[in-house]
Amino acid sequence: MNGAQDMGGVHGFGLVEPEPNEPVFHADWEKRAFALTLAMGTPGGWNIDMSRFARENRQPTEYLAMSYYQLWLAGLEALLKERDLVSDDEIVVGHSLHPPKPVTRILSPGDVAQVLYRGGPTERETNTKARFKAGDTVRAKNINPLTHTRLPRYVRGHLGQIERVIGCHVFPDSNAQGAGENPQWLYTVRFDGRELWGDGADPSVTVSVDAWEPYLEPL
Amino acid sequence: MSGHDHDHDHSELTETQLRVRALETVLTEKGYVDPAALDLLIETYEKKVGPRNGARVVAKAWADAAFRARLFKDATLAIAELGYAGRQGEHIVALENTPMRHNMVVCTLCSCYPWPVLGLPPVWYKSAPYRSRAVADPRGVLKDFGVRLPKDTEIRVWDSTAEIRYLVIPMRPAGTEGWSEDKLAELVTRDSMIGTGLPKEPAK
Repeated sequence: MNGAQDMGGVHGFGLVEPEPNEPVFHADWEKRAFALTLAMGTPGGWNIDMSRFARENRQPTEYLAMSYYQLWLAGLEALLKERDLVSDDEIVVGHSLHPPKPVTRILSPGDVAQVLYRGGPTERETNTKARFKAGDTVRAKNINPLTHTRLPRYVRGHLGQIERVIGCHVFPDSNAQGAGENPQWLYTVRFDGRELWGDGADPSVTVSVDAWEPYLEPL
Repeated sequence: MSGHDHDHDHSELTETQLRVRALETVLTEKGYVDPAALDLLIETYEKKVGPRNGARVVAKAWADAAFRARLFKDATLAIAELGYAGRQGEHIVALENTPMRHNMVVCTLCSCYPWPVLGLPPVWYKSAPYRSRAVADPRGVLKDFGVRLPKDTEIRVWDSTAEIRYLVIPMRPAGTEGWSEDKLAELVTRDSMIGTGLPKEPAK
């Protein structure tokens, strides 16, 4: 979706403000929102692409008004409600009012280290051949899906070079919709800054994105 | 800022705090989460996993040529030798800074960041100013960090749009010949591994 999350090239947000000696979290509720989000991945059964979409799928004004962990919290609530794991009345009163839905397992303290260490690799075996090779010129397609995508607007329609064939990876556009992993070849595609931002752009800048094959067309 | 704005911010924060507490209570009562697991998750990223991990990787890459070669061949494997792996670092690529090329990493679409080596991202990395400008005006962003590079140095920006996580390997500072990896690691800043900073110079 062309939402507020797709920020590359947007003007007017001001300077970057580094914070010296920044703490990992800025409030206790941030810690809890972070941990709840990670822990609920086990019984919740959603994937990372569904999580990202749950955070970005809102009015741009709302997205921009929320802090990072407020977005995480809103995304978590959306995922929980979609699956009837929690209902609004329960969040309002702060207690369980309805019987829990059966879940296959939850994250136990003894599992934490192993679950984090294992992570969620997204590379998959494939019998298909990559359509592109390093050095090929490609065009990022002009797509504007209402659903989740990881092709940022600032590269759409622009010409780039395949820098690296990464491998075959889970395709977020399918995975976020529950339509299966649908693994696709993934490439690092390099763009000249002037191709993206015009002739006046800094000639010393190049930018790359990692793009799945369905995002690209040959020239 | 007026008093009214301040009150407004304050009440919003309180509302969020209450909402998180309510949600945690509901999820615990339903048996979906174990609060001890939550504590352990928080402790892991507050105490154990952070940019000191990445600094050790960089210091080793500076001091150990064979490791450096393995790192640029397959960073995920090489970094796992030091025990760092897993969530948000399943597929890591190391980027080599040279006098000709400076690498900078961003995630314009959310906040993708190599957790096992850098920990959780700082607020500025997740912020709209960084996400919007890093790809369009990286030299301007570097200026915000007080970093100026020669005009002809290529600035290479990596937008982490997939599950590949990037770790910048900055150039080894001059005057550190013969240093141990531990001593070298002290020069490696978090920002130098994102590409918005440079390593510290050795004290003269």
